[in-house]
Amino acid sequence: MKDILRLIVVLTSLCIVSAIALAKIYDLTKGPIAHQKRLEVLRAIKTVLPPYDNEPDRDMVTLPIGKDKRGEEVQGVFYRGRKSDRLIGLAFKVTSPEGYGGDIEVMVGVLPNGTVYGVEVLSHLETPGLGAKIREAKFKDRFKNRNLYNTKWAVKKDAGDIDGITGATISSRAVTKAIKEGLGFYRDHKARIVGSGQ
Amino acid sequence: MTIVREFTKGFWRENPIFRLVLGICPTLAVTTAAINGIAMGLATTFVLVCSNVVISLLRNFIPSRVRIPSFIVVIASFVTIVDLVMAGFFFQLHKTLGLFIPLIVVNCIILGRAEAFASKNPLMDSLADGFGMGLGFTLSLLVLGSIREVLGNGTLFNVPVFGPGYFPFLVMVLPPGAFITLGFLLALMNRLAAQRPS
Repeated sequence: MKDILRLIVVLTSLCIVSAIALAKIYDLTKGPIAHQKRLEVLRAIKTVLPPYDNEPDRDMVTLPIGKDKRGEEVQGVFYRGRKSDRLIGLAFKVTSPEGYGGDIEVMVGVLPNGTVYGVEVLSHLETPGLGAKIREAKFKDRFKNRNLYNTKWAVKKDAGDIDGITGATISSRAVTKAIKEGLGFYRDHKARIVGSGQ
Repeated sequence: MTIVREFTKGFWRENPIFRLVLGICPTLAVTTAAINGIAMGLATTFVLVCSNVVISLLRNFIPSRVRIPSFIVVIASFVTIVDLVMAGFFFQLHKTLGLFIPLIVVNCIILGRAEAFASKNPLMDSLADGFGMGLGFTLSLLVLGSIREVLGNGTLFNVPVFGPGYFPFLVMVLPPGAFITLGFLLALMNRLAAQRPS
């Protein structure tokens, strides 16, 4: 009996000390982690929008953009870029579940008229050397200046206008489709995304 | 003298990867590039040194019947600390390694050293053992990562080592490349060990 008590006391006190230490560390790193995440988002926005002088992550609108596989609502965040208070572009994240290795997240920047200004791949699990080439500027630049009206949104293999990556048709197709759907959503909900500040 | 021996054994005589063949899961998964190998190695070293020290200090208090859960609590706490600190201060690295950091908890090297060494030896010896094993592990990961990065991507620490005409040997950065490289290195090490009188 005494022995069991000793086991319990030792293990419990060890766990309590660990918990206190972890709570302290969590508290200390919470700020820097949030800061890093914000920088990450801002970095992506900066590469896909024309030069702006506001803080797009403080000037944004969140809208339900659809349902995921489990039928739960997915929220989309639309960041507004402004220069001298004039709206010059919007950035939003699109996710394709159809990548070769898993979800592909892409930040898309459009001018207010719905034309793509730039795209940036945020995360992907594509094959290094093949599908991972979607990160390269050569591929990302193929979407510039395209909109729903001047482009057939499919890869060349599917008789569209987008040059896919050789050997990575699935990845190219996934990115193309995700951007197309994002542009479609923007067109259909433009009034709410652009807001009354325009 | 023994402290020096405890330190150096991790590099050759009892090298965790090449001689003991422990902790192979993270080894194979993260060594797609030299820098990933170093980062994973140093993160593991930190956890290993800290857990060895704590466990060595507590070795007379922890009853042997609850030693394994106690070791795991100590190890898991240090792993969480590494995870949080890395997310806060080395964000890019954390993005690459993020998935594998929590796996350090179940890295057999760490529990192995706690069980086989730190729980039976005094503080300074355990400290030396932790540093030696950790740095031996880091060195092994660096070697594996460098070979795979050079052959599979044509770069070392992201610096191109071959001319632009080099066509990367892609398989080397994919999972099979990890097994192939490790296999050749193990064969080489066994050969060298056989020639050297112990």
